Amino acid sequence: MRSINLLAGGEELNPLVPHTAELIVGAIAFTLLFLVLRKAVVPKFEKAFTERTQAIEGGIERAEKAQLEAQRALVQYNEQLSSAQGEAAKLRDDARIQGAAILEELRAKAQEEANRITAAAHASIEAERQQAVTSLRNEVGALAVELASKIVGEALEDQARQSRIVDRFIEDLEKSQKN
Amino acid sequence: MPASGRFYAEGDGFVPPSTNDFNLPPIFESIEWLTKPVLLVFLSVILVSVFFILSARKAAVVPSKLQFAGESVYAFVRNDLARDVIGHEFMRFVPYLFTLFTFVLTNNIFGIVPFLQFPAMSHVAFPYVLAIFTFCVFHYVGIRKKGLGKYLKEIAFMPGVPKPVYILLTPIEIATFFLVRPLTLSLRLFANMFAGHLLLLVFIMGGDYMLRDEHLIMKLFSPFSFTFGIALTFFEFMVQCLQAYIFTLLTALYIAGALADEH
Repeated sequence: MRSINLLAGGEELNPLVPHTAELIVGAIAFTLLFLVLRKAVVPKFEKAFTERTQAIEGGIERAEKAQLEAQRALVQYNEQLSSAQGEAAKLRDDARIQGAAILEELRAKAQEEANRITAAAHASIEAERQQAVTSLRNEVGALAVELASKIVGEALEDQARQSRIVDRFIEDLEKSQKN
Repeated sequence: MPASGRFYAEGDGFVPPSTNDFNLPPIFESIEWLTKPVLLVFLSVILVSVFFILSARKAAVVPSKLQFAGESVYAFVRNDLARDVIGHEFMRFVPYLFTLFTFVLTNNIFGIVPFLQFPAMSHVAFPYVLAIFTFCVFHYVGIRKKGLGKYLKEIAFMPGVPKPVYILLTPIEIATFFLVRPLTLSLRLFANMFAGHLLLLVFIMGGDYMLRDEHLIMKLFSPFSFTFGIALTFFEFMVQCLQAYIFTLLTALYIAGALADEH
């Protein structure tokens, strides 16, 4: 049992029958909201979306550019490095060739010097030998003369005496040689 | 709440909630049209406007929490409903679909907001209005795109169908486009909100009635009724969101159909 009836007429209203006032209110309210959202909200959000997209795309573009730059620098450095290495190798080769030439030259010079020294030595030995031969010849001549005079001096009396003289001469010779 | 207007006297049997519980008295005696649902509808307009204007005001590239919240709702309607359904011409319809979604959702959710606790969409006038708007929008779009004659011809005589089938198909198609679509659109929303609210009323009022009963056993069982009412409130929340989504989705589908070259 219903203690208070809410409706003026008291009859049960069909819930499928709209109230005229509510139809009007609904239409006005919805239109109002539509206008507000279309004017003040949708463009703002769209602006934010567009700006965000642009910001992201700009970032990606910048990153791509930087990467390209880095790649170019890398290629350049590699080129420089390889050319430097080539140059170094060339320098090393040059140095080696030069070193070998210098060595060869030095060796030739040394050989020449050695030959020169050897030749000088030979010459001096020859000179000394000549000198020795000359002096020997003089001495032998003198000795022979001395010996001959001695032999002649003793007057060749007998065989024994002769041999004694010769022996003594030899002995003297040996002595003088020792001295 | 005085709006429900029930006073129990000793000895009264349980009076189940009925359709009359949806007919609320005017707030001021002198202004007959200013009832609770009307007030709620205006409140929803103010709430939605203020929230989204504040949220969109800065339109920063890096959004604040408020902007992010508003943007998420907007992006959902814009991308998942408008763009995915309508295709490349979607941007024209975003303001309408966005208004539709936020308006219906807010008014639905009023059904479970404490102290408000009334879904305005359970008053059939509001779904009717929205369905009429959608009806006008999608027919207008179709006529604008194809011309009145071609548009009507495509509806009545679906291309690629054997001629005799038109005897059956033409009435069905005409009824679908001009009667069934707006009716189902509005009644689906209305009935869901109406039934949901009624269900909540049954359990909450039932619990209330049992608590007041003189028998102890009835008092003991009353918490179960309340608990079930609370569980149903969560369920209602889901239904309210879903119905707002469905209404918007169907509107987008109808617009997409009107724009499509062949259907």
